[in-house]
Amino acid sequence: MLSNWSSREPFPWGEARPGPSLRQRRERTQELWNNAPHLILTQFLAIRTVEPLEYYRRFLKENCRPDGRELGEFRTTTVNIGSISTADGSALVKLGNTTVICGIKAEFAAPPTDAPDKGYVVPNVDLPPLCSSRFRSGPPGEEAQVASQFIADVIENSQIIQKEDLCISPGKLSWVLYCDIICLDYDGNILDACTFALLAALKNAQLPEVTINEETGLAEVNLKKKSYLNIRTHPVATSFAVFDDTLLIVDPTGEEEHLATGTLTVVMDEEGKLCCLHKPGGSGLTGAKLQDCMSRAVTRHKEVKKLMDEVIKSMKPK
Amino acid sequence: MEGALPADAKTCAESGTESGPRGPGCSLRHFACEQNLLSRPDGSASFLQGVAEKSRERLIRNTCEAVVLGTLHPRTSITVVLQVVSDAGSLLACCLNAACMALVDAGVPMRALFCGVTCALNSDGTLVLDPTAKQEKEARAVLTFALDSVERKLLMSTTKGLYSAAELQQCLAAAQAASQHVFRFYRESLQRRYSKS
Repeated sequence: MLSNWSSREPFPWGEARPGPSLRQRRERTQELWNNAPHLILTQFLAIRTVEPLEYYRRFLKENCRPDGRELGEFRTTTVNIGSISTADGSALVKLGNTTVICGIKAEFAAPPTDAPDKGYVVPNVDLPPLCSSRFRSGPPGEEAQVASQFIADVIENSQIIQKEDLCISPGKLSWVLYCDIICLDYDGNILDACTFALLAALKNAQLPEVTINEETGLAEVNLKKKSYLNIRTHPVATSFAVFDDTLLIVDPTGEEEHLATGTLTVVMDEEGKLCCLHKPGGSGLTGAKLQDCMSRAVTRHKEVKKLMDEVIKSMKPK
Repeated sequence: MEGALPADAKTCAESGTESGPRGPGCSLRHFACEQNLLSRPDGSASFLQGVAEKSRERLIRNTCEAVVLGTLHPRTSITVVLQVVSDAGSLLACCLNAACMALVDAGVPMRALFCGVTCALNSDGTLVLDPTAKQEKEARAVLTFALDSVERKLLMSTTKGLYSAAELQQCLAAAQAASQHVFRFYRESLQRRYSKS
């Protein structure tokens, strides 16, 4: 009852305390839900629907978020590669609830006339209505187009694949890799998930050996002999959301993105070089805050690389 | 704001400074601005600097949304139409400058002015501000920033190419210094326009 509650500790957001641990924070949130009298519970729920920003601010003051994460903590990332047998390479990435699948299909094409020794890499991000109610069926909306452009920029800037590697016969035949990224569940931070899915799928993709028959001039494909693509760099994206012009949180969920005043995505490769700094408007950031973002991006790169290496290692014996 | 405008109050062409030879430091190309040159829209401006697409539109839109005080005009749509007259490099920065001037000319309440600055990094590490189209093509990396006028904070950034975090901070600092020139030019241009009429 109410008197029992008040005899214990004051409300968590009443007074500032030196850093409670993640476990304590999670326990406290759990306590609130389990032990709070229904009066406080309904007030809690009302705040969440009526004033979501106020509800979030109460958590942010404590340096945590409603799902128990710290401000700099990512959601659980899982990756599953090679699940689509009809594609030349595939990967499924889950970042919390956000689920994205990438499939790579390789086809033949004539190389571009201005670069006869290069192939093509064509990314396409699809946000179908099944992933979120905000998307309608029909031609790709603005968000899907922007995401496609972002992935195309990342591929171009990071030189993840040397386009010369995709050339089979200069001026006559080259590979074109169609990278189709489809979102199955949209819960924020789509750019990070898409970049990771693309990287994992490219690492998993195998292209058959092609020889040009000199007599007939036709290409002969040897499906039994396949080789992996030469992935030169590993770009990893880290997204941040800006709250109230000052606070930066990492890996925003769908709700957080909606409440945020701005977003920032940093794509970094293993040497600490930036492939892309994508900040599409929103509240301003100082140089110092940018520096913090860079350091978080560096640690995230290490986390993702470790996960990727584990997954690739587990796949190898096949 | 559809009132009849007297014919002589129509145009004021202003010219900016910095028209000397461009060194590797903080110099920008010559720029000029003309305001209120179209009679139909509420406000218009043409920004000439030096002699898209959904993602560019989105960048410009989000930058404008961050500075425009939309709460003062509920149920209102503000359409910003940008027509490229000629592209000699640093196109996105020029579009941002034109959008800002047009919003000021239309009298839209904003919390700050913003300007666009482009930086190009060559393969030897030298920084060139406000690059021409040729310099952009040959550069290793091209970074475009939108900075606000109050605290020179970064409102928008879009980059092409590979660069390190230290180079990013260097470009940002150079862009912040260059934005001083652009804001001073805005101020002078507006002062001249409003002192005449």
